[in-house]
Amino acid sequence: MSVGAPRVLASSGQKPITEILHPLSAAEDQLSGTVSVGGDKSTQEAGLTNGTPVETSSPASTSSLFNRLQLDDDLEADVRDPYAETTETRDLFVTVDDPKKHVSTMETYITYRVSTKTSRVEFDLPDYCLRRRYQDFDWLRIKLEDSQPTHLIPPLPEKFVMKGVVDRFSEEFVETRMKALDKFLKRVSDHPVLSFNPHLNTFLTAKDLNKRQGLALLTKVGESVKHAAGGYKLRARPAEFCAMGEYLDTFNQKLGTIDRIAQRILKEQSEYLTELREYGTVYSSWVGSEEELRRPLEGVSGSVTSCCGALEDLGEGMSQDFLPVLREYVLYVESMKNVLRKRDQSQAEYEGRLEAAIIRKQEDRTPMPVEVEKCQDKVECFNADLKADWERWQSNKRQDFKQLLTGMADKNVNHYEKCQAAWESLITLLQDKQTEDKTSESN
Amino acid sequence: MMMADSGSIEGVAVIGNTDITSTEAENNLINTMVERGTTLLRKMEMNVTEAEKRTGKNTVNMQETYTVYLIETRPAETLPEGGTPATPDTLWRRYSEFELLRTYLLVTYPYIIIPPLPEKRAEFVWHKMSADNLDPDFVERRRVGLENFLLRVASHPVLSNDKIFFLFLTEEKEWREVVLETGFQDKFDSRLKSLSAMFRVKNPDKRFTALKLYSDELNSVISQLLRVRAKVADRLYGVYKVHGNYGRVFSEWSAIEKEMGDGLQSAGHHMDTYAASIDDILEEEEHYADQLKEYLFYTDAVRSVCRKHELMQYELEMVAQDLVQKKQQKEELVTGTVRVFSLKGMTSKLFGQESQEQRESRLAALEQSIREGEETLKEKNTECQEFVRTAWEDIERFKEQKDRDLREALISYAIMQISMCKKGIQVWSNAKECFNKM
Repeated sequence: MSVGAPRVLASSGQKPITEILHPLSAAEDQLSGTVSVGGDKSTQEAGLTNGTPVETSSPASTSSLFNRLQLDDDLEADVRDPYAETTETRDLFVTVDDPKKHVSTMETYITYRVSTKTSRVEFDLPDYCLRRRYQDFDWLRIKLEDSQPTHLIPPLPEKFVMKGVVDRFSEEFVETRMKALDKFLKRVSDHPVLSFNPHLNTFLTAKDLNKRQGLALLTKVGESVKHAAGGYKLRARPAEFCAMGEYLDTFNQKLGTIDRIAQRILKEQSEYLTELREYGTVYSSWVGSEEELRRPLEGVSGSVTSCCGALEDLGEGMSQDFLPVLREYVLYVESMKNVLRKRDQSQAEYEGRLEAAIIRKQEDRTPMPVEVEKCQDKVECFNADLKADWERWQSNKRQDFKQLLTGMADKNVNHYEKCQAAWESLITLLQDKQTEDKTSESN
Repeated sequence: MMMADSGSIEGVAVIGNTDITSTEAENNLINTMVERGTTLLRKMEMNVTEAEKRTGKNTVNMQETYTVYLIETRPAETLPEGGTPATPDTLWRRYSEFELLRTYLLVTYPYIIIPPLPEKRAEFVWHKMSADNLDPDFVERRRVGLENFLLRVASHPVLSNDKIFFLFLTEEKEWREVVLETGFQDKFDSRLKSLSAMFRVKNPDKRFTALKLYSDELNSVISQLLRVRAKVADRLYGVYKVHGNYGRVFSEWSAIEKEMGDGLQSAGHHMDTYAASIDDILEEEEHYADQLKEYLFYTDAVRSVCRKHELMQYELEMVAQDLVQKKQQKEELVTGTVRVFSLKGMTSKLFGQESQEQRESRLAALEQSIREGEETLKEKNTECQEFVRTAWEDIERFKEQKDRDLREALISYAIMQISMCKKGIQVWSNAKECFNKM
């Protein structure tokens, strides 16, 4: 057993499994255990608690080292590029759509259709289709957080909306929320670990969720009590997690700035639109006192009106597609920060216990308690899971923002194309008139 | 760029080439005026080419800074191949001299719609545009406006023949004396007084009434248009400039990214370009505003002609009325009946009849007055008819010009908008490419 500062698991990256030493192997065991590496799509054993190995083709992050020790040595490090397209290996597809309003005596709420298509054996049928409401998604998220504390759970759209400020049943609001729920579910189902979570299975297949909210609450309370009681202080956070924290802080800041800029642009565009509308009407009113200039004036008025329409579309598009995704990432950053905090906590706990155990060992030569080992396991799993999730998150973030920003550029190009067409049609119109006049004059 | 048919007076169409710039559009307008050809323009080319700041003492012996404009003229002749154009004659004029010229023309040709000068002070300004008369952009636009004014006058069938105008272009120093010698200023002052007086015409000319109404409507709508346009420009400026903030934040963000960094950074540069592009766009749009402003000021000139006609009509009616009164008086005197109450009648009743001699001399004077009155009436009538004839000729000419010019202006405005859209598409497409590389 190593004495002194706890050895932090080195970042294994793409190293093959066999090269990585088991953290407990320093003195005693020479087990060629596994360490979770690189977040990648792969099947994973189910039934974590009973330790029964199921078919495994590649290692994946698990939450129990103990279980992994029982795994086949056929496990190989998956060195596939984490950013590579993995649609070939996808075997679970989920969609959220078709919002509907339900009115009952007690309450009014919206449900969404959740459709599942899968070839996984964990599912009894290949297709499922049922309806869920926001509450159900929330239940799922809480369950996932509880059962997979070392993983980053994607965020849900905001739960509470100020009544009177936002219309919970407006088409816009429902549409935006639905898209976010769809994204949430897709992210969960694309995750190599979370997608095998039994609660997800329940969510996608069970007629009645039978939500035991009370239990969830209890679990949460339990956790915080544990942490409060522990009160462990973190000694040295590994550099890479520090870097993650710093990145998240700066990234969050930039997200906030971009949100503010986007909102400001929307405001300015809206004010511009107001003036532009009035501008168009002045041309219309001028028509009345003119004869020869009728056509060009009407034409200009028409073109201005078309531009107003295009501008309206742009604003709508930005506020419906751009801003919500941006805000969702702020929530995502918060989730990630929480996971980092939890990791810090579990490392602190381990360090604390280790110190205590070492002192006791020095005093009365008692062997290292199992709890300490368990703690170390926990920390190492946590770190590994977190790193894998971080890579996945970074990759998704890159894709998401690429899509978001190209979408924004597209919308703007579209807007200008519409305006250009409106003005060009005016030129054509006037050109035709001129040819008309010429021919009529020469007759 | 022109689709002008030889021989027919068609509008200058710049349709088809939507990449034309405002300078080219301006040149097309000038070419039109030259094409229409007056004797003066056939002989002489004229430009207002430069502006310079001067300081000097003004009439109250105080130092002032003012701008002078360089007028270049040269004989209009076709050059032989490879020949160099003749050096132009040049002289400097300041705005107040242009004003003097215009006032002279107003007085001398009351039946002509005198082309307006560019505005004295910047109006309908959107907030970033300078309202300062010494601002180089304002001076530049004024230079263009003054050149336009000269060409308008030079291309007018009547005004182009005026000697004072010719001297304005050719005699720098003596011109002021000559124009003042014409005595137009006295006429101006008296005219001004009469015009500002309130009077009612008994039989207004329907055509002039309609024209005045149209002129007022046009004035009102163009003012409104310019006002709203300035607000639109303001707002559009805001929209573009805020996008510049994206440039900064993308740059900051790119610093913490690995693969995304380059794409973000270059996209940010495009956002900066986008934000900066609005300055040129709005600068060009000012040209459109200036075209509208010219016609806004033209409405004042139209109104002025209508008012002058009204005054003339009124004076005619007064002379006619006066004549009628005198004839009535004569009749009374002859027949001895007092049909109309008159103080003279009363006093003669009160203080005794006048002598036969007195009566006869009065009658003679009255008859003389009546003869003079009839002459005056005939003159005034002819004057009025001549005024109406020449005015309507010019009004018809003006209407055609206005329809042509404003149509042109609207087309060039559409072209400007297309150009702005193209720029927008370019920038955002470039940004999209960068985002794709993220």
